Amino acid sequence: MTATVFDVGRFASPASNAVRRFGSQPGLLIACAVLLLVIGWAVLPELFTDQSPVEGVAAARFASPDWQHLFGTDELGRDLYSRVVYGASLSLRAAAIAIVLAFVTGTAVGLVAGFFGGAVDAVTMRVVEMLLSIPPMLMSLVLISALGFGTLNVGIAVAMSSVAVVTRLMRAEVLRVRTAVHVEGAIVCGARWPRILLRYILPAAVGPVLALAALDFGLVVLAVSSLSFLGFGEPPPAPEWGALVAAGRNYMATAWWLTALPGLTVAVLVLSTTRLARALESGKSIR
Amino acid sequence: MSSYVGRRLAQAAFVVWAAFTVTFIALRLLPGDPVALMLSKRSTGGAPTPQEISTVRAELGFDRPVVVQYFSALGDLLQGDLGRSIQSGQAVSGTIAKSLPMTLELGAIALVLALAGGVTLALAANLGTSAVRRQIMRSVPSIIISLPSFWVGLLLIQVFSLHWRIFPSLNATGLRGLVLPAITLALPGIALIAQVLGKSLYSTMQEPYVDTIRASGAGPSRILIVHGLRNAAIPAVTVTGLLVGNLIGGAVVVETVFSRPGMGRDIGFAVTNQDLPVVQGIVVVASLAFVAVNLAVDLLYPVLDPRMRSTSRLVAAR
Repeated sequence: MTATVFDVGRFASPASNAVRRFGSQPGLLIACAVLLLVIGWAVLPELFTDQSPVEGVAAARFASPDWQHLFGTDELGRDLYSRVVYGASLSLRAAAIAIVLAFVTGTAVGLVAGFFGGAVDAVTMRVVEMLLSIPPMLMSLVLISALGFGTLNVGIAVAMSSVAVVTRLMRAEVLRVRTAVHVEGAIVCGARWPRILLRYILPAAVGPVLALAALDFGLVVLAVSSLSFLGFGEPPPAPEWGALVAAGRNYMATAWWLTALPGLTVAVLVLSTTRLARALESGKSIR
Repeated sequence: MSSYVGRRLAQAAFVVWAAFTVTFIALRLLPGDPVALMLSKRSTGGAPTPQEISTVRAELGFDRPVVVQYFSALGDLLQGDLGRSIQSGQAVSGTIAKSLPMTLELGAIALVLALAGGVTLALAANLGTSAVRRQIMRSVPSIIISLPSFWVGLLLIQVFSLHWRIFPSLNATGLRGLVLPAITLALPGIALIAQVLGKSLYSTMQEPYVDTIRASGAGPSRILIVHGLRNAAIPAVTVTGLLVGNLIGGAVVVETVFSRPGMGRDIGFAVTNQDLPVVQGIVVVASLAFVAVNLAVDLLYPVLDPRMRSTSRLVAAR
């Protein structure tokens, strides 16, 4: 019996409601700050560090973390913090490619399959089943074998491993919405099918798919950094986060920060995005 | 019942065929040229000449029409022949036979750990009435699931092998060597089971029959474990199939981190070397394992839920 008896937020404006939500949940505030910081790293890395991510100072090899080198330095005397900052754009780019590609493709295909039904639907669903027959990580590896390494290819590979789930969800939502009163009304009024599809079905069906996209973003960051750890991202000296951890493996006994801190960055980012996605989801259900 | 099992088996065969076909299409039909990529990875010599590329194509049979390649590979697969490794020249089936037991051992222990840990966390999250405690217990799985497993593995090595020297770190055999890799592999699974089962237990506890049992005087932990768990188990059983897919994928990372010579590390190497027959062979074998577990899970439903027992009989009788 933990039901909220009296919901103050219901009578407040959406803006003050949002402020209230944030104020009462410091975790949410931190998650938001982390996400903004990492996006800042990706967009304007020069703003956050004045040290080079690729050129090292030979005298400063294996310096442990201090105020000058927040994350310490590596075997070539490069500042690890600035490598992590510059790596953000690569890692986020791969994750963004993956999530956009998977969700745009999945939404479009699911929309068409669910709306037209019949043979289109049957074929689509068989293809979806085929894609789901391979565990996601292996699916990504197959695509990387075919396409080669690099940020873009890692993004595509991760996208292909999650596109089937998105398609299936979108199709189910379209089937649910297709018989809604407002869609039937549009059909009766003589609207053409592209208009029905884009104007009436898409907005009504896409909600759960977007919620899944938000929740999936953290998992996509994890998948991208795992593939980068395995060495399938940009070739060195590109400072992709997973690759930084992999490079640090050789010096684990002497320089713990080389593996621990880039990995921690990934973990904190994933935790923050998942926390935000949860909050978005629960915010929607309250409304 | 037997036709039910027969239908499930046919579905399983479809899944393995699908895994083979999808892999084949991805590896042969995508715009990239695997042979050129593969040769450019070779250490000897500089850039591959067109002549070299066409020789290797002929060797692999890539110069034949795609349809012919597909059916000849499918025929070989039915006979248990997965082709030969480009890198080592050995039969892929032999390589897999050598590395599969390592991965099965690791995967089986991780699965048991994931189920045990997940159930424990889910029960702990639903015991007691303190809302704060419940809130904390509920956030534990989402924290665990956010940790990159390559990082967790390396941290465990750092702490337990390099610092305290309790467990061996790399390339270790025997049970002691399995502890750290199995924990690393199991962690995301623990979180997944804890999340799904925790939620399902929570809603089961709101059911009227629980109030009846409580009124009859049963204690909270007895209600939860004896009366709640079985009714709440179905969603957790469903995600166990998914979990096995994640374990197979996770094994790639974990075996690489701990340098265990298993199937996961093999496919990692094969991707690095563009060794297509090995990649395809391992994917097919992995999907076979994946489908076998999902089959077992499907057959477990009627055992857990008598209602499904009767429907599957009805379906079978028709």
